[in-house]
Amino acid sequence: MGRMVLEKVEKRFGDVTVIPPLDLEIEDGEFVVFVGPSGCGKSTLLRLIAGLEDVTGGVIRIDGRDATTVPPAKRGLAMVFQSYALYPHMTVRKNISFPLRMAKLDKAEQDRRVEQAAAVLNLTDYLDRRPGQLSGGQRQRVAIGRAIVREPAAFLFDEPLSNLDAALRVGMRLEISELHERLKTTMIYVTHDQVEAMTMADKIVVLHAGRIEQVGSPLELYRTPRNRFVAGFIGSPRMNFLEGPEARRHDASAIGIRPEHIMPSPNEGAWKGRVGVSEHLGSDTFLHVHMEGCADPVTVRSGGEVDMHHGDTIYMTPDAGHIHRFDDQGLRIA
Amino acid sequence: MARAVTHQRKTLNTAIAWGIGLLIFFPVLWTILTSFKTEAQAIADPPVFFFFDWTLENYAVVQERSDYMRYLLNSVIIAGVSTVLGIVVAVPAAWSMAFVPSRRTKDILLWMLSTKMLPAVGVLYPIYLIFIELELLDTRTGLVIVMMLINLPIIVWMLYTYFREIPGEILEAARMDGASLREEILYVLTPMAVPGIASTLLLNFILAWNEAFWTLNLTAAKAGPLTAFIASYSSPEGLFYAKLSAASTMAIAPILILGWFSQKQLVRGLTFGAVK
Repeated sequence: MGRMVLEKVEKRFGDVTVIPPLDLEIEDGEFVVFVGPSGCGKSTLLRLIAGLEDVTGGVIRIDGRDATTVPPAKRGLAMVFQSYALYPHMTVRKNISFPLRMAKLDKAEQDRRVEQAAAVLNLTDYLDRRPGQLSGGQRQRVAIGRAIVREPAAFLFDEPLSNLDAALRVGMRLEISELHERLKTTMIYVTHDQVEAMTMADKIVVLHAGRIEQVGSPLELYRTPRNRFVAGFIGSPRMNFLEGPEARRHDASAIGIRPEHIMPSPNEGAWKGRVGVSEHLGSDTFLHVHMEGCADPVTVRSGGEVDMHHGDTIYMTPDAGHIHRFDDQGLRIA
Repeated sequence: MARAVTHQRKTLNTAIAWGIGLLIFFPVLWTILTSFKTEAQAIADPPVFFFFDWTLENYAVVQERSDYMRYLLNSVIIAGVSTVLGIVVAVPAAWSMAFVPSRRTKDILLWMLSTKMLPAVGVLYPIYLIFIELELLDTRTGLVIVMMLINLPIIVWMLYTYFREIPGEILEAARMDGASLREEILYVLTPMAVPGIASTLLLNFILAWNEAFWTLNLTAAKAGPLTAFIASYSSPEGLFYAKLSAASTMAIAPILILGWFSQKQLVRGLTFGAVK
């Protein structure tokens, strides 16, 4: 079981408020991703849940029990760190069994659980090595192994993939999702990478300056971002924002349109611009178009093989059904 | 791309390194050579290098005149006990400063170090009086206490530096894994800090072994360590260079051998790739 409720949880370091009072509910078995730019307080929030930091105010409940002042060891949570944080002087086997030894489980049960975790994570051949002799991906798996043997109420992941190279990251992403499917245990995952958030989460919590900007499923956030921050943060490449006359025509202070919702054409369209840099990804091409009266270039998604060059004139037509309108506070206009 | 270093350049660097090394080592070498000369050859002008009548006479005389083993025992006890005591006191201190620093931690560290900037002779008088009062003059206990206290700032600083290099996340991982504070220190921190603790022990042992100011001033015949033993041969009258050299060689030999064997320990790395 791993249902968590945060009530008015607050964190200050001296005079600096890192997290103003916030409320959050996490259901049992959910995969929740905290996402936000660096310094938004997502890691701090995770550490508050873990108990590695003390809350300045508020209450944290884990499965209905007040855990606010319970030390980390007694919260029944397992954590995977960005740096893996393996014990360098212990073998993989000792690393994975460490939490079991701390829990004073009998030797046979320890061995059974370690073997089982190693089998799941493809670590059986490496049990007698030390962390220094493993690759980054293997170390990360050891860290996950150390977390799963405890059979915790919830897993906490603190940017676990950011030290891995791009290819490995995609692989581990799938493995973690797979693990969640199998274990059905609550997972809280912190990342600054919105792709990780979109692909893994049941529920995304977007944080900005310690505040929760929006909570919802990946597609909810993509389709109906509550404000400009979420609109700009979720989706890749990011949403284009237009202000001025174009926005006024839609009765808004600003409008947003995603690159995939603009139709480019060499001959005709609602907006006219000049092609700047184009990024060819093979399957798609992203054109950065400079428009009269717009400070930032507008990004447009086009087909894979498009015949547009730097300096060409281009016409664009936004898909009317996908225009997001924002008021002068940056909030979404329904 | 690796930097291209030419063969000549490498040879030159090696030659320079050896040159500097020999220059530094020369006084020690000269002392050792002199200890095998006769007193007349020791002060010969021009000085003789390798081609003299090698003799062990000086060692025999020195051993006959003064009891080397007693001085050696004093040195071992004073340096050893003061070092171990210092570590026992410094480990918790360094731990708290490295892992739960307060706003004043930096100040405390600097203040501790500043005590080493004080000329030792400045506190000789009060300490001497205290020693008379407590009847600690010329006792091993007294020297152990003084030696431990004067080296404590260095031990704390060294351990603090080593502990700081242990990534905090590993300790947090231990906490998350259900380890109590005692278990965290016993099973995670200490094993990881062993190379650091060992080098601190070693360096401090060497410092205490070589300490002369306090040993000369606070001991006489009974508790004098090897530094006092050497000093007893540096007399202004008579031809004692060869014997002084023999005494010095005997005094530095144990620590030189210890240092030689523990070289690896002194330079051994701290973490083995747990992070990154």
